[in-house]
Amino acid sequence: MSESDAIPEFKKSSGADREVGLTNMSALTSGPGIRSMREVLAIVLVAVVVIGGTELLLNLFQVPQYVLPKPSEIGAALVTDFGFILPHLGHTLVELFLGFGIGAVTGLVLAAVITQFPFVEKIITPYILLLVTTPMLALVPLLILRFGFGYEPRIIAVALASGPMVMINAATGFRRVDRGKIALARSYGASTLQIFWKVRAPMALPMIFVGLMVGSIFGLLTAVGAEMVGGGFGLGNRLTSYSSMIQMPQFFAVVLILSILGILIYVLFFLLGKRFASWEA
Amino acid sequence: MSAQDSLDPKLRVRGATKIYSTASGDLLAIDRCSLDVHAGEIVAIVGPSGCGKTTLLWSMSGLHGLTAGDVLLDGRAITGPNPEIGMVFQDANLLPWRNLEANINFPFEIKGTKPDRLWIDELVHKVGLEGFGGRFPRELSGGMQQRAALVRALSFKPSVLLMDEPFGALDAFTREEMNRLVEEIWLETRTTIVLITHSIEEAIFMSDRVIVMSARPGRVANEYRVPFPRPRSLEIMATKEVFDLMNAIKLEIVGDQKSRFGHAASPVAQPAQ
Repeated sequence: MSESDAIPEFKKSSGADREVGLTNMSALTSGPGIRSMREVLAIVLVAVVVIGGTELLLNLFQVPQYVLPKPSEIGAALVTDFGFILPHLGHTLVELFLGFGIGAVTGLVLAAVITQFPFVEKIITPYILLLVTTPMLALVPLLILRFGFGYEPRIIAVALASGPMVMINAATGFRRVDRGKIALARSYGASTLQIFWKVRAPMALPMIFVGLMVGSIFGLLTAVGAEMVGGGFGLGNRLTSYSSMIQMPQFFAVVLILSILGILIYVLFFLLGKRFASWEA
Repeated sequence: MSAQDSLDPKLRVRGATKIYSTASGDLLAIDRCSLDVHAGEIVAIVGPSGCGKTTLLWSMSGLHGLTAGDVLLDGRAITGPNPEIGMVFQDANLLPWRNLEANINFPFEIKGTKPDRLWIDELVHKVGLEGFGGRFPRELSGGMQQRAALVRALSFKPSVLLMDEPFGALDAFTREEMNRLVEEIWLETRTTIVLITHSIEEAIFMSDRVIVMSARPGRVANEYRVPFPRPRSLEIMATKEVFDLMNAIKLEIVGDQKSRFGHAASPVAQPAQ
């Protein structure tokens, strides 16, 4: 299928960065950095071969559309149904932006504050870990009961999924205390606030970007998952609706859009990290 | 000002004592250290590792307090970081996310004052870092990083420069080059310098006096005058007088260390046989 060249990339970005640690930064800065025209050409070539090959094989074995639609059919569905899918993409993006925004800001502030108090941090960390490891999708049915089928349960779920992820990575960043650099700032009479903004925050920045990247991808997963649970709009809702109606070309067209969205998010934070945190490499 | 300099020390440490409370109990790092540093003087502090040299220097800079005793700068007690004091740290201590120019401007950003462009340009020229302002620390050699750190420390014209094993991480040649550079700058600015080092040669090359500290708890064990004229050429550094002084100091430190290991009943040393 046509997504096969896109999906592994998507999984890689969320999987490899899941562990908390400094090594993650290398995934950000030296990860899938495309270096030359030759590499771009090779990547495009792989896509052409995979898509073309799939098309050919599906034709050859006459695989029925409800089992696996041909890439050409998926492409056609993408074009003809795009106007219909677009508003749903908009809904998903609204949930993602709001949920991730709330989650990321909360996570960042919490990380910055909590790391100043080692005792509080020790007490709170297990609970944050619990939030990180618990699939927030599990809460969606409950949230729907409370908030109905609108945006709210989804935004809350996205915030709950992305916030702890941002927090735990940012906290790792803020915990990287370099006594020498703090002493340097203090020797010029720096205040606690100055030390935070001019030493601690820049030092934490690479890990903050890792957290934002992982958190946003988790947010996307949760948004789509929550849409699949209930409510009449959003890309996740399209997935359940198309699959129940066995409209497989449309179904895969939505999957394709989600893959592209995931990659765009990844690339965005990759570029931001490269721009603002490349000093660590 | 200069008339008083010879009478009142620029920097006076009186009975400095520092106890760290650690998980395994209190640790006496330095014990009743007293020393005077006169204006325009270069004083080197040497001693076995872990003898509290850095603790003493950090106390002088006001970066941390003392358990007992005090430090006076121009007769006034130092209770916190002081704008008159510049610090040069181990391994340059540049901020890796800032380029050289931003690193050199860092003290001014913190202090909220305008950098003295003319003076900084002169310093940058003197240390040979012109045209490197846009480079990041990781793009520079250790020697260049330390030269930038030197510019940063001198940029706000401190009257006292405290150097904490500044060139320990550099290779021998770069280190000598840096020593020469500091001497050169000192000959022009006559900034009072306190230098911590574990190279006795560096201590003798740089300083007017070498203060030897004992092993922990750090005490001022001895003091050597270094009477050689400046600039100290290779010829001077190769004389018998320098050699003898170097050996005397070495003997004092090594002798001190031997007695320390003698006390330890050497269970640590045995497996090494």
